[in-house]
Amino acid sequence: MASFWKLYRRNYSAVLGLVILALVIVVAFAAPLMYPDDPFRLAGKSMSPPGEAGFLLGSDSLGRDVAAGIAHGAKTSLLIGLLATLVAVVAGVFMGALAGYYGGWVDDLLMRTTEMFQTIPSFIFAILLVAIMKPSIESIVIAIAVVSWPAVARLVRGEFLSLKNREFVQAGHTLGMSDARIILAEILPNCLSPIIVIGSLMVATAILIESGLAFLGLGDPNIMSWGFQIGAGRTLLRSAWWVCTFPGIAILITVLAINLVGEGLNDALNPRLRERS
Amino acid sequence: MDHFTKRFRYVLKRLLQAIPIVLAIIVVNFFLLQLAEGDAVDVLAGEAGSATPEYMAELRAKFGLDKPLPVQLFLYLKNVASFDLGYSFRHEMPVLDLVLDRFFATLLLMVSTILLAVGFGILLGLVAATGLNTWRDSAISIFALITYATPLFWVGLMLIVVFALNLRWFPTSGMENIAAFHEGWDRVVDIAHHLVLPTITLSLFYLALYTRLMRASMLEQSGQDYVTTARAKGLTERRIVFVHVLRNALLPVVTMAGVQVGALIGGSVIVESVFAWPGLGMLAFEALFARDLNLLLGIFLLSALLVVAVNLVVDIIYSVLDPRIEVS
Amino acid sequence: MTALLDIRDLHIALPEGSQRPYAVEAADLQLAPNEILCVVGESGSGKSLTARAVMGLLPKPHVRIAQGSVDFLGEDLTSASDARLRQIRGSEISMIFQEPMTALNPVMTIGNQIDEVFRFHAKMPGSERRERAVALLADVHLPDPAQIVRAYPHELSGGQRQRAMIAMALALDPKILIADEPTTALDVTTQAQILKLIKEMQAAHNTGVLFITHDFGVVADIADRVAVMQNGLVVETGPADQVLKAPQHPYTKSLMAAVPSLTPRPARQRSDETVLQIKDLNKTYRSGGGFFGLGGKARNVKAASEVTLDLRRGETLGIVGESGSGKSTVARCIVRLNDADSGEILLDGVDLRPLGRAAMRPYRAKIQMVFQDPYASLNPRTRVGKVIAQGPMIQGMGAAEAEAKARELLGIVGLDERAFDRFPHEFSGGQRQRIGVARALALEPEVLVADEPVSALDVSIQDQILKLLDEIRERMNLSMVFITHDLRVAAQVCDRLAVMRYGEVVEEGPTAAVFADPQDDYTKALLDAVPGKSWLPGETVAAQ
Repeated sequence: MASFWKLYRRNYSAVLGLVILALVIVVAFAAPLMYPDDPFRLAGKSMSPPGEAGFLLGSDSLGRDVAAGIAHGAKTSLLIGLLATLVAVVAGVFMGALAGYYGGWVDDLLMRTTEMFQTIPSFIFAILLVAIMKPSIESIVIAIAVVSWPAVARLVRGEFLSLKNREFVQAGHTLGMSDARIILAEILPNCLSPIIVIGSLMVATAILIESGLAFLGLGDPNIMSWGFQIGAGRTLLRSAWWVCTFPGIAILITVLAINLVGEGLNDALNPRLRERS
Repeated sequence: MDHFTKRFRYVLKRLLQAIPIVLAIIVVNFFLLQLAEGDAVDVLAGEAGSATPEYMAELRAKFGLDKPLPVQLFLYLKNVASFDLGYSFRHEMPVLDLVLDRFFATLLLMVSTILLAVGFGILLGLVAATGLNTWRDSAISIFALITYATPLFWVGLMLIVVFALNLRWFPTSGMENIAAFHEGWDRVVDIAHHLVLPTITLSLFYLALYTRLMRASMLEQSGQDYVTTARAKGLTERRIVFVHVLRNALLPVVTMAGVQVGALIGGSVIVESVFAWPGLGMLAFEALFARDLNLLLGIFLLSALLVVAVNLVVDIIYSVLDPRIEVS
Repeated sequence: MTALLDIRDLHIALPEGSQRPYAVEAADLQLAPNEILCVVGESGSGKSLTARAVMGLLPKPHVRIAQGSVDFLGEDLTSASDARLRQIRGSEISMIFQEPMTALNPVMTIGNQIDEVFRFHAKMPGSERRERAVALLADVHLPDPAQIVRAYPHELSGGQRQRAMIAMALALDPKILIADEPTTALDVTTQAQILKLIKEMQAAHNTGVLFITHDFGVVADIADRVAVMQNGLVVETGPADQVLKAPQHPYTKSLMAAVPSLTPRPARQRSDETVLQIKDLNKTYRSGGGFFGLGGKARNVKAASEVTLDLRRGETLGIVGESGSGKSTVARCIVRLNDADSGEILLDGVDLRPLGRAAMRPYRAKIQMVFQDPYASLNPRTRVGKVIAQGPMIQGMGAAEAEAKARELLGIVGLDERAFDRFPHEFSGGQRQRIGVARALALEPEVLVADEPVSALDVSIQDQILKLLDEIRERMNLSMVFITHDLRVAAQVCDRLAVMRYGEVVEEGPTAAVFADPQDDYTKALLDAVPGKSWLPGETVAAQ
């Protein structure tokens, strides 16, 4: 662990990403304290520019506080990003491990399924799923997970395919280990690094998908989110640029930070790759 | 067997492999219909109930909703196979007509985006990799990192604020200035003018992706043994990069371009709705608001077919680039 | 006679933080025209970097020449400009590599890759370049050169690719050819052909050849002069005869002593009790096909065909053959890593082949395996103690008892008991192989199947592991199936030999008999191809 941190620390931008991400997390947790009122509530004069009428980042056409929305939206983005990734990773690892280890028809089925998912325009599929299930946190998480798991499954399958023929796994067979033990104790620990990396990058993608859904009006109507703010502010582009601009910057910074962390993890966990460049 | 025959067989094989995938997508479509509230006919007729009860009854019979699920699936497949995607009551048109009507606009946006993203991605990746750790490399890497993290719709809105509202260089929305009644070459120029901002918006994310991939791929290939051989032959670095490394480095980028086509069409929903570009994505956005699920499913199906078609083109390009195709 | 190449006081610096400051230190080497100089050494000796330094091909910027000169016909290459170096490379000095598959550009035809050499170094019209390329391919005895000019590297066999590489390297009649382990990745019969080709081409063109190798057998076959390198130092140089017959430096002596002799060791007392019997074993690998025949031709490879062998208690049965002979498949079928299609695998009379997972488990302990690659055969995330104790625990032994046993085994295989709590990456290749042996022994097997257990190791380490296996076999009265491609190793380890080719056993008998009087043509060819067969390393050293 200590040596991992030493490797991670060498990459300055990854440390920067971690610091920014920590700030976003703090904001997400502090939102109820900083802005205890409902962010959907009318908070003052509408269309106030940033810094006026007590609005740090201005207000929108209904007098909602943009800054309050961003603070509450941080929680939504992180929560949905993490939950969707968790579901996608668990499902992807399960399917990928079985397919890679057993091969045969399980593998065929999985490969055809992931190929199909690559053919389906995933964002339209997510839209359809949310539209059919009615927008809510659960349906958004499920929709994002459904379009995300094939990438994890493909990765894990590939790792399992190469690891299952490694000699230490074969040694496990000759010792009489059970399949479950070989999968869980011998192979899986050796492909954790790429899973962690793809998982961390997937949180970023999930946040982008969520904001896109909310922008199109498919967010959970009871929860403030950055995509919703931008979608609601797009008609005000001419008159109130700040309504769209600041939530967009929030998304950009958060996703950037997570990507930096993901790359830092990648470099620290796969030292071989780092030496190359 | 000569190389051309191998290539041909490879592409044919990929074409055949696409058939079960298309079938599977239609089946998924069917089950999505099942998943929705109410029976399929409620969905098909639009939830607002604008269809007449007679038509609903007719539809129920047509889909055999009283029959078991496999029969329903079969009937659905049969309808799709005869290009019958149902009727949109919002637009008072058959779904197929609606979708085909918007098809060209999306195709135009997609092709221009793919060309821009792949072309510039390869170029920037190449520039970054050949100037490793110089300011060029850093600037390109930072640019890629930021655009990779920016939501499409926000980029679109910001471009509109800057280039359409303030600078007035480009129109804010639409595909052409209909009121001007342009014809011939003028119309082409007009459409191209409208195309600039949506294309840039949609391509930025993929541009970042291909740039990073191309850079990584170039670096990986430059460490390969055949590069040492090329040096040992006394070739110039220029020739090594442009003749030996480049072609090998392109392979993963081309593969990725194929994989990303689906995601690209997904992104067009957002971009088209931001720029009111009258394509499938815009139609999907309208259908979403009108809760016209049947239309959404039709768009979904056609866009998947579009992905299959583009992938086939990518396969052909790949088969030209890589002589080893028949091995894998 | 002036030297073609004169390397003086060459220092190659490694990046900071490496194990040692210089990869090569104060190396002096001279190469005369029409001479083959072999640079021999184990991994990490700096022999390959020396070769690359001559070409100006060190991995920049981390590894660089810190001091010394490389004079090519009086011109110091270390201070030559990039443009001048490019002129020399490929026309005056050219190079061939270990792995011809990766050394050729996979997406370019052989013809185009040869063509580049002409285009960059000689002015001649396209038609002439093409003719020359075809002629070159004919010179290196490639069949149907007109066809091969248009082929891509993946369409050729390993030996053919190396021939194409040689053709490319000799395209402009260079004064020096640098060959970096050019036969290491090839099978022994192919190796013999390539060595012969290099020698033939060298003689025909009066080329000076700098030949890098780890194999003293190859040295004996090809070298005019020899330089021995150890940890970056040239410890001994001299004419081949002199170095091979009367080595001076202790390191050279120890290296030669570690090369197994081709004279089989005396046969041991043979027990009559059969432990393992393999009857009519068949295994076919299927690939391709399907999809209306568009997946390419369906290929059926018979990896084992009617293989019948028996193993007596306490003896070592060697299975030798080249890659693709099916020797490893047979080993893997015996330990049930692969399922044979038909036949019987009788262990003490019980047929293991049809047994399911659960039924097989008790028999697992009786047959254990030692693997080839010490870097891949240990789980990098499992502590050494657990690696060894795991087996007995799966078979039902208590944790404390298994742990005690693991500690005892560490001692038996010659490792410190402190290894118990450490991870595999902390050990060298040889030490890891010892851990692998300990893991197999922990179950107290009757039969040990060793699949190329020393082929990934340097020759001195190889010697130690072979001694260890020998010692253990005596001590535990183990019966062993020993898979190897190396007839020298087989001569020293095996009591009996089975020679395999294309999945069939072509010859079987006591090792000494097979070596003295091979019956099958293929066995004769194999024995004939062993590098340095007329040179007797053991006797050389013993005579001193």
